[in-house]
Amino acid sequence: MAKKAAARKTAATRKAPARKTAAAAGRRPSRSNAPALDKEQELYAYREMLLIRRFEEKAGQMYGMGLIGGFCHLYIGQEAVVTGVHMASKEGDASITGYRDHGHMLVAGIDPNGVMAELTGRASGLSKGKGGSMHMFSKEKNFYGGNGIVGAQVSLGTGLAFAYKYRGEDNVSLTYFGDGASNQGQVYESFNMAKLWDLPVVYIIENNKYAMGTSLERASAMTDLSQRGASFEIPGEKVDGMDVRYVHEAAQRAIAHARSGKGPYILEMLTYRYRGHSMSDPAKYRSRDEVQTMRSEHDPIEQVKQRILSEKHASEDELKSIEKEVRAVVTEAADFATNAPEPDVSELWTDVTILAGS
Amino acid sequence: MPTDILMPALSPTMEEGTLAKWLVSEGDNVAPGDVIAEIETDKATMEVEAVDEGTIGKILVAEGTEGVPVNSVMAVLLGEGESADTIAATPSPQPSPQKGEGAMAATVALPSTSPPEEEVGASASAPGEGAATPSSPQFSPASDPDLPTGVQMVEMTVRQALNEAMAEEMRADDDVFIMGEEVAEYQGAYKITQGLLDEFGARRVVDTPITEHGFAGIGVGAAFAGLKPIVEFMTFNFAMQAIDQIINSAAKQLYMSGGQVQAPIVFRGPNGAASRVGAQHSQDFTAWYAHVPGLTVIAPYSAADAKGLLKAAIRSPNPVVFLENEILYGHSFEVPKMDDFVLPIGKARMVRQGTDVTIVSFSIGMKYASEATEKLVAEGVDVELIDLRTIRPLDIETVLVSVKKTGRCVIVEEGWPQGSVGSDISARLMEQAFDYLDAPVTRIAGKDVPMPYAANLEKLALPNVDEVIAAVNAVTYRS
Ligand SMILES: Cc1ncc(C[n+]2csc(CCOP(=O)(O)OP(=O)(O)O)c2C)c(N)n1
Ligand SMILES: [Mg+2]
Repeated sequence: MAKKAAARKTAATRKAPARKTAAAAGRRPSRSNAPALDKEQELYAYREMLLIRRFEEKAGQMYGMGLIGGFCHLYIGQEAVVTGVHMASKEGDASITGYRDHGHMLVAGIDPNGVMAELTGRASGLSKGKGGSMHMFSKEKNFYGGNGIVGAQVSLGTGLAFAYKYRGEDNVSLTYFGDGASNQGQVYESFNMAKLWDLPVVYIIENNKYAMGTSLERASAMTDLSQRGASFEIPGEKVDGMDVRYVHEAAQRAIAHARSGKGPYILEMLTYRYRGHSMSDPAKYRSRDEVQTMRSEHDPIEQVKQRILSEKHASEDELKSIEKEVRAVVTEAADFATNAPEPDVSELWTDVTILAGS
Repeated sequence: MPTDILMPALSPTMEEGTLAKWLVSEGDNVAPGDVIAEIETDKATMEVEAVDEGTIGKILVAEGTEGVPVNSVMAVLLGEGESADTIAATPSPQPSPQKGEGAMAATVALPSTSPPEEEVGASASAPGEGAATPSSPQFSPASDPDLPTGVQMVEMTVRQALNEAMAEEMRADDDVFIMGEEVAEYQGAYKITQGLLDEFGARRVVDTPITEHGFAGIGVGAAFAGLKPIVEFMTFNFAMQAIDQIINSAAKQLYMSGGQVQAPIVFRGPNGAASRVGAQHSQDFTAWYAHVPGLTVIAPYSAADAKGLLKAAIRSPNPVVFLENEILYGHSFEVPKMDDFVLPIGKARMVRQGTDVTIVSFSIGMKYASEATEKLVAEGVDVELIDLRTIRPLDIETVLVSVKKTGRCVIVEEGWPQGSVGSDISARLMEQAFDYLDAPVTRIAGKDVPMPYAANLEKLALPNVDEVIAAVNAVTYRS
């Protein structure tokens, strides 16, 4: 854990990327002049994304063993989104998302043991075992969940931004939601108020092409989600969400915009989930080929890894030792979550309301 | 005849106000629309316009007078040829001046005020005294149809029963269609709509975006126009996004339109706790919808009831909230094999007759109630078990008859205790069967907490068989 914290700290200095491409809104920037990350950033991104990947794989296994119940939505494939955005943010910025939330917590620096123990419903889980996979929060890390109702986090995230503006704080709200969520009515009510009041919020649409079994095309009359704020004059851009460099670069631009008082900004992250929507998924709505192509040609972790090796930022051996370290963190989390006790039965009645006088 | 200019009301609740300012003097000519005075209350200011042509004959309430009663005469307007002398003869109620400089010699006492509103409300609704409020009509449901002799009973799951009910109704009536999230190509998130897209096509089996408020409203609109939509909510937790359309649009439409516009729509989907899905995905909305006049609320337990009542719901001219239960979807029951098996809405099912105690439940609550009944009967307690099946209109008659016989009642449900279905039944039993009760009516409900995720806490939060048995033992004084 100590090492992990150190890695985070360096990343928190968050150097600007060496090159900045002025990507035209709504278009994928071309490969040749891709924005670059420096060595430290590449290694940080590699480690964080790997941590999420291994953590989620482990969670999947533990679900299969009956240690995790209910719904469990894995983030595998989408790691670059949350990692790149986090790298462009600063300490104090808030984040909020839906139920596919494990990666958001790990990258926010929340203890993997606490996350995993919440998945198994144990007393030492982040929500004392009372929340579960979809409902985890960290006030300390300004992570506001962990929301089970599709679209609800968009209004809530806008409210976080409202509070920052109200109190004159320079934090930004990073509000994540899916392509499916982007059709909910409250999203547009929130967009309107966010722009009307120029709230410091960055809307990050994680467009993984499907909402459960419904493809974006089957659910949306207008599929360019980056332009969903157009009628409110909220700028937006499409970003290659499988490449952490583009994510980071666009996020820097969006966050700077929001922080400077210019109001909301939309980033449509083109990404992909490799696994089913939740643990049970008929997998009939897309072809194996499609999944395979994304995995083999666009994997976010593989991309960073190849760059690190070709730029000689690290050797194969050094990457292996990062991998080993990450595995150790995940194994420890799994052991911890398996062996931790269930909440005391008295917890049934706690935290319901704050009683006057107590 | 001179015309009185009266103190206007700025709102339906305003009783008096301040005459802030006169903008005319006696002798001035005014035309309709001329602003002649300003009125104030603590909430608002309003300009008073002349509505007739004429001359201001006399100003009766001085500028600055507070507490001028609504409808008292502030001034008198003279028509052509009329003289101010006639005015003195016109008796009219006038306010007493609050400020000393009253130019009004002929003030009259204010009419005594009516009693405060709370008193009026209380006396009007007091039982037995409701002179003005006619009593509500009694609903008497039909009985279950007799099954044809020798009818074949087939085992089927609740899931299959619901699926068959929709398919049969869709075959019979082209106005019936289903829409919701993942109902078509995915075959239903819980497979209740399996096969419907294949049979009926995309016109009648409609996948929607994740937009509950919008598609619920679209369903209600389509129902206004004469279709019979079945709106599936992936779970009722998400129907909270749409509850405004369910209550404000669907439930009230018939009443608000004076009976002209019907909303024959079914809102259906799994309600209540599933397993380990946490607080936002595990709650029972039965009592919520049961509260609303205009809605029909059905919560079946068995597959036969699910089938017969869903068919009835689809045919109903009323908006129906049809509450299923995810855990029950896979449970099997016997269902009569008939071309058209329809059950009456609003009729409870007498599951077992007995004389010692009445257990009342519905939906998955019946699982606890049935298991408890089995054990209690084995111990020699003669339980009468009632499955409500429909929660609104509630078949209180069946419950009353039973409780008058047994003198004891335990109500079992998964929802929260405060304002629960059990609370309501308990109140009605007290009102209508007080003298027959030998023990307090007892509610077994979910614990008064959001649903916890941890396996051990989730179990504790839900009701269980032992709690039902303990309650029966308590009311029969066996414990
Ligand atoms: C209001 C509401 N409606 C429906 C659901 C059920 N549901 C959970 S996730 C989901 C799909 C959401 O897809 P998307 O927004 O694209 O996010 P992704 O799962 O792809 O990350 C649905 C329909 C819900 N949780 N809340
Ligand atoms: Mg999606």
